[in-house]
Amino acid sequence: MTSLLGKDLIGLEGLTADQITAILDTAEPFKEVSERSIKKVPALRGKTIVNLFFEASTRTRISFEFAEKRLSADTVNVASQGSSVSKGETLVDTARNLEAMRIDMVVIRHHSSGAAQFLGERIRSNVINAGDGKHEHPTQGLLDLLTLRDRFGRIKGLKVAICGDVLHSRVARSNIWGLLKLGAQVAVCGPPTLLPRGLESLGVTVMHHIEDAIGWADALNVLRLQLERMEGGFVPSLREYNRIFGVTRERLERAPGDIVVLHPGPMNRGVEIDSDVADGPHSVILPQVTNGVAVRMAVLYLLAGGAPDWRSQAADER
Amino acid sequence: MPTTSRILDERAMARALARMASEIVERCQGSDDLMLVGIQRRGVELAQRLAELIQKHEGRAVPLGKLDITLYRDDLQSIGPRPVVGETSLPGDLDGQTVVIVDDVLYTGRTIRAALDELADFGRPRRIFLCVLVDRGGRELPIQADVVGTTVTTTQGDRVDVLVRERDGEDAANLVRA
Repeated sequence: MTSLLGKDLIGLEGLTADQITAILDTAEPFKEVSERSIKKVPALRGKTIVNLFFEASTRTRISFEFAEKRLSADTVNVASQGSSVSKGETLVDTARNLEAMRIDMVVIRHHSSGAAQFLGERIRSNVINAGDGKHEHPTQGLLDLLTLRDRFGRIKGLKVAICGDVLHSRVARSNIWGLLKLGAQVAVCGPPTLLPRGLESLGVTVMHHIEDAIGWADALNVLRLQLERMEGGFVPSLREYNRIFGVTRERLERAPGDIVVLHPGPMNRGVEIDSDVADGPHSVILPQVTNGVAVRMAVLYLLAGGAPDWRSQAADER
Repeated sequence: MPTTSRILDERAMARALARMASEIVERCQGSDDLMLVGIQRRGVELAQRLAELIQKHEGRAVPLGKLDITLYRDDLQSIGPRPVVGETSLPGDLDGQTVVIVDDVLYTGRTIRAALDELADFGRPRRIFLCVLVDRGGRELPIQADVVGTTVTTTQGDRVDVLVRERDGEDAANLVRA
């Protein structure tokens, strides 16, 4: 049986506008589940989910784990440190061993682009990409879309500027695909060293001045400046980056209309975003986190229909 | 070739609902601590109607809730996830209340089993009654309705469609024979 989404969720590039809308619509009732005094429904009872994190993560891992637990799934967390991954076991061997224990789903975060798809093609369990290298972070893209839809009532026609280190950002890629598919206008804004080439051909506007982005957009999605990029020479200094590209209250006050600010976290306060913006009235950063759990519940729930049939697998192995 | 026959027309449905409303009040010995909870989708409209009727007789508003039981179904494994169609919202604390579950059709009893599980996650009512417009038999679980609009004998493959004005433009109950 295949689910509405197929077997795996690798990226928003591979989904249709209808599939993305179906996930967002399914997320709506799951918001309410998290407001109940007993924050749990039995929808995924008996399902076993492994959270396989090869890269550090707090927010995404905890968000997935809450989503899984609130759907009554059984979960196991595997981090690369302290597991046989640190002894040199390959990704596929790790996953096949987990699968031999009859798991149903794998949530994977990996530093290599394409890791989630690679895994999905080799195991029967559902695979959910929780961020793979510089490729995609689809559930982050979805929670950003849900937060924008909550705030504006629509995505179509919305002007969204993605600001900062677009080049290294899987969040940016998932956002661009999701926003374009749902009919938003998308711009990217940052120093030329941090913007990938060829975005114009997708219909994305390229800007190099944060003031231009603020003057144009309904919403800014401010990306984390990955500090390790400093050594790569992509930006001269953090202070200079803040002076030229930082989203500050003074700059937002000059926006023509009401503007909403998103940030996927973790924030570098005083670098890409100032504290009084992050904690101010324009910010929807905490609603993003709340929506993250609902969106992940929706994805897990919708993928559960495509769960593996272990009886036929056991027959294959004989 | 499926054939459709009418179980309830508009007037028969109005009479059934009026009788059901007074039966609910009688069984609950008044409308104190009474709460009506409609099951998505058409149970919601029926609960609304019953609440209006009770209010007319008793002169006080009855708290009204809705329940979507999709996430409590026991057949997710075999049929795959369904879209969650509606919201779940209860008007207040269930503890100590008399809760009347309202649904359009009672068949296998599995929906009601799911509704009971879901209600238990919200609180501990003093009593739960079940009120349905059409009881079509065919139970797979030991569940019975307390207040019934009408009873109809059906076989597997038949369908009972309840229509409500708010959603379908008319009030009726139809039996569609396979």
